[in-house]
Amino acid sequence: SGRSSVKPNEQCIEKVLVANRGEIACRIMRTAKRLGIQTVAVYSDADRDSLHVKSADEAVRIGPPPARLSYLSAAAIMEAAARTGAQAIHPGYGFLSESSDFAQLCEDSGLTFIGPPASAIRDMGDKSASKRIMGAAGVPLVPGYHGHEQDIDHMKSEAGKIGYPIIIKPTHGGGGKGMRIVQSEKDFADSFLGAQREAAASFGVNTILLEKYITRPRHIEVQVFGDKHGNVLHLYERDCSVQRRHQKIIEEAPAPNISEKFRASLGQAAVSAARAVGYYNAGTVEFIVDTESDQFYFMEMNTRLQVEHPVTEMIVGQDLVEWQIRVANGEPLPISQAEVPLLGHAFEARIYAENVPKGFLPATGVLNHYRPVAVSSSVRVETGVEQGDTVSMHYDPMIAKLVVSGGNRGEALVKLKDCLSNFQVAGVPTNINFLQKLASHKEFAVGNVETHFIEHHRTDLFADESNPAAAEMAYKAAKHSAALVAACVSAIEHSSWNESNHGKLPSIWHSHPPFRVHHEAKQTIELEWDNECEGTGSNLVSLGVINQPDGSYLIQEGSDSPSLEVRVTRAGGNCDFRVEAAGLSMNVTIAAYLKDGYKHIHIWRGSEHHQFKQKVGIEFSGDEEGVQHRTSSETSSHPPGTVVAPMAGLVVKVLVENEAKVDQGQPVLVMEAMKMEHVVKAPSSGSIQDLKVKAGQQVSDGSALFRIKEPQIEEQNKLIDVAPA
Amino acid sequence: GTDSKPDPLRILRGLQKGFCVGVLPDGVDRNSEAFSSNSVAMEGILSDLRSHIKKVLVGGGEEAVKRNTSRNKLLPRERIDRLLDPGSSFLELSQLAGHELYEEPLPSGGIITGIGPIHGHLCMFMANDPTVKGGTYYPITIKKHLRAQEIAARCRLPCIYLVDSGGAFLPKQAEVFPDKENFGRVFYNESVMSSDGIPQVAIVLGSCTAGGAYIPAMADESVMVKGNGTIFLAGPPLVKAATGEEVSAEDLGGASVHCNVSGVSDYFAQDELHGLAIGRNIVKNLHMAAKRETKGTFGSEKLEYKEPLYDINELRSIAPVDHKQQFDVRSIIARIVDGSEFDEFKKQYGTTLVTGFARIYGQMVGIIGNNGILFNESALKGAHFIELCSQRKIPLVFLQNITGFMVGSRSEANGIAKSGAKMVMAVSCAKVPKITIITGASFGAGNYAMCGRAYSPDFLFMWPNARIGVMGGAQAAGVLSQIERATKKRQGIKWTEEEEEEFKKKTVDAYEREASPYFSTARLWDDGVIDPSDTRKVLGLCLSAASNRPLEDTRFGVFRM
Repeated sequence: SGRSSVKPNEQCIEKVLVANRGEIACRIMRTAKRLGIQTVAVYSDADRDSLHVKSADEAVRIGPPPARLSYLSAAAIMEAAARTGAQAIHPGYGFLSESSDFAQLCEDSGLTFIGPPASAIRDMGDKSASKRIMGAAGVPLVPGYHGHEQDIDHMKSEAGKIGYPIIIKPTHGGGGKGMRIVQSEKDFADSFLGAQREAAASFGVNTILLEKYITRPRHIEVQVFGDKHGNVLHLYERDCSVQRRHQKIIEEAPAPNISEKFRASLGQAAVSAARAVGYYNAGTVEFIVDTESDQFYFMEMNTRLQVEHPVTEMIVGQDLVEWQIRVANGEPLPISQAEVPLLGHAFEARIYAENVPKGFLPATGVLNHYRPVAVSSSVRVETGVEQGDTVSMHYDPMIAKLVVSGGNRGEALVKLKDCLSNFQVAGVPTNINFLQKLASHKEFAVGNVETHFIEHHRTDLFADESNPAAAEMAYKAAKHSAALVAACVSAIEHSSWNESNHGKLPSIWHSHPPFRVHHEAKQTIELEWDNECEGTGSNLVSLGVINQPDGSYLIQEGSDSPSLEVRVTRAGGNCDFRVEAAGLSMNVTIAAYLKDGYKHIHIWRGSEHHQFKQKVGIEFSGDEEGVQHRTSSETSSHPPGTVVAPMAGLVVKVLVENEAKVDQGQPVLVMEAMKMEHVVKAPSSGSIQDLKVKAGQQVSDGSALFRIKEPQIEEQNKLIDVAPA
Repeated sequence: GTDSKPDPLRILRGLQKGFCVGVLPDGVDRNSEAFSSNSVAMEGILSDLRSHIKKVLVGGGEEAVKRNTSRNKLLPRERIDRLLDPGSSFLELSQLAGHELYEEPLPSGGIITGIGPIHGHLCMFMANDPTVKGGTYYPITIKKHLRAQEIAARCRLPCIYLVDSGGAFLPKQAEVFPDKENFGRVFYNESVMSSDGIPQVAIVLGSCTAGGAYIPAMADESVMVKGNGTIFLAGPPLVKAATGEEVSAEDLGGASVHCNVSGVSDYFAQDELHGLAIGRNIVKNLHMAAKRETKGTFGSEKLEYKEPLYDINELRSIAPVDHKQQFDVRSIIARIVDGSEFDEFKKQYGTTLVTGFARIYGQMVGIIGNNGILFNESALKGAHFIELCSQRKIPLVFLQNITGFMVGSRSEANGIAKSGAKMVMAVSCAKVPKITIITGASFGAGNYAMCGRAYSPDFLFMWPNARIGVMGGAQAAGVLSQIERATKKRQGIKWTEEEEEEFKKKTVDAYEREASPYFSTARLWDDGVIDPSDTRKVLGLCLSAASNRPLEDTRFGVFRM
């Protein structure tokens, strides 16, 4: 049997270096600590004060912020291991986790690489090679071209043979980077060249493969595990179909709506795949499932611990990092295939700093308020950040993974929705609201998932101006939130002033409600609703807040609409309140921060989360010349037709010159941020003016890139259309 | 702070050596005729008061307010609200100044004054109301402005002038310009206060023409708002008439001229909100801590307090509408002092005057209240108690409800004039903060002994049921008709009974009108008419402002023995 006892002469890891950052570094260290293994973190200058550094017993600086100079620097990491006497390296996911060279280097330096053998990484890392091996092992493959001949004309003819639509992928790397779908032959050349460029930038290798593009696919992957004794098993599958920009955002295990038989054959195929490359440690075999034919095809094998591994842990009740360490120590797998339990259902939602309405563009900023949900045996929050941390442009903008489990899919889904509505982030835009909509979608509820889920249900998932009833309802909810915000803000201002002033004046000057002779103190609070879904007319709400003698607030919007009586009491934490409005009392949380000359105020109540901004008076700006309260129209005070950078990033290519005539939709330049390319296109036809940027230049979010001079109509600041390149 | 939270050990802490001393009983019979009739009467009086207040709160009327708003200007009370610390209280003074004083209404006398904190410093606010006659100064406007400055000077409160005024109201120039307590006194006070280390800050939010120009010019620091704020000795029309020069108001005396070129103003504000924010910053940097008197102030150390045991709203039912009605002033005291605790002094002697020590929001006070007319003993007791408080630097609160000193041969023979003089001397000379609340009658020499307006209490407020005058209307009518009859008799003119009744009625009516708190407050004989149930709060705020005064030793004059 594979489960013999540990050989006495075997070396056990006592100190591990985690060659990663963020949530995964924290998560690995948690298990290591539980096992009594000391931990070493490595960090770039950008991460000096981050959670993974604080969580480690020791931490070593390995370089400046860019990943290639720090987290991708094998030499620096080896040196850190040597300095601290770590015997093993856990690479996490991303960065060096799938570098066979790095795995080899560890092995050669006498360090234990907690992962598969370098040879398996090499075999599976080359997508063309892996498919050859899989084909030989009898694992089903998607029709495609995986040849070495990379000449564009040859590739084009191969694409023709497979039949459009086809998908172009870099042979190395993953995570959707560099991938492009080509609908017809005329678009082939552009996409091909772009994919090559991106592949070169991200992975250093620019070889490309072609595959048939399956129009209604599901993405199902199988968690496999092997030990150094030749045992391989699978821990069921995960459905990761719901994706945006080819990146997963909600994963679940087990996959919904598949038969036991299908599950068994998937698992079997995955185990065969792993065996074919002599695999040990954790790995994931990804399949694409054609929902129309119920066929599944091998896509790739990820030779590392996956981001979404916690959903598997939830349903099998195992700690996969512990397994990884045990396997690395040479121990056999702790259980056999027959002993793998299947306990209910689990979901993972990935919470990203991103701009959903702007095509899920990555966002950066400070987490001014960050309060994940409370964890329990059925709720896990994997995070690498704390309140006050910055989501920088250097790394992946994921803030946290929310993992929930339940006795069955329905139970787990209820918990997921509840947790999402209580997951509080303010300071950077996030996809939480969008995840809530996804989780609440009726097709999602019945498990009808597929990789184009978001595209197919666009109208339900994105607030649409063409739906005035929904917009009206959203506005009403926002106005109610605004009233509660106004009341809470008054209460906060009052009490915080009182506290900071304690003892200076008799408290009667700050009694509640504030005293006035023969009238009630009133203030006006103006709140501008920051509608995540944008563009529903004027969102400015002006509220009169009257301090009533009994301490409650009477909130009036204009003179004609009915006023709302709100009672506010503090509930525990600094930002928590119990509010009672028109007989309904509930807990709300308020968070506020200053940014770009505005005070931003967030409120969470029930499943609603609204965000408002307020002009900031001079007292906060301190800037005499920056002259004062800029209005929102002034903040984008570029000349008409100006196209601004949709995010902070690097200009990688400028495709036209000043004065050039362009057509609407014509690519003008290519930007890269978070390792994704974005083509900035001409918003309208005209001539290019004031093209201010060059390739290689770093630009900040919202800075002017160029201007389109239209022959006739000049529109103000067109929001540029950014397509995933 | 308050001790609204239950404290299970309070009763143990409160017991002093086995005696529970000084907690006043409720003292109110809620089933009495007086209680219910007073409630009903007070309800009517208060609703009258509220309707008058409602009118003045909207300023100079809808049109003027609209015009004001269209110029991006706030109303004066809104301006003050923006300057005050968030959620803080504001003690507005003389809201009904100018009430039915002139042919045209002059809401709040055209200027809003009051006390409130900025960055934790109590300040005196003086805000012109541009919606009322363009913020011009009527005689009562000046009187109210000067009264605010007087309080500021006494209590050492930084002055915040929110200037938006066309200057003197020209048709009444004879009543506003030349005399001692006229317009010029405003700038005089500014200079003297400044020299005394009391900061003078002007925020120019509108026009500041002619004499008005000196308000910001005399100030220690001034702010001007672009577009709306102008300062000039003569406006464009007068300049054109005088020199032929044609110039716009903004070019003549706008914020840029005065902040960039002339130096008349120190801070340039983009708009009102900006200007008000700068105003707050100026106060933040006053460094008032360095100006604290080394000798200390009248402020109390202990600022924790208990609420009274009895419902303060019941003061509305205790307040006598009929001044012949007797009630125990202790039922008022029980509702305005901390924990209803009142340590009475000389309780069994001179019982028509109640004296004793208490705290209001933690601030120590000596309270003197009337429980009937003043006799020899009561006056002597009053003088004694005032001496005690002056010696100990304890602020005095007068609860005035007095129809006068006892008259008659026995009283005169006992030297009531001598006893009264002692109390008046004591009241006049006492250098402790004094606050007077007129809860009912305020007649004759009783007004003097109980610290009427002439005795410069730091603050004086009236309940809306109060009456003030040299004597009651009926008594006056009696006296005057006797004199009139004697005169007529000498002249041989016959005076019928009807004629006499007519004469008496006229006198009574005139006295009645002039005894009204509205008549008083319109002329600034007081600092405002307050709802009885606000008495504790108002006293607390006034005490806090007044205890900012530097400590002074009292020296009494020659007491007639």
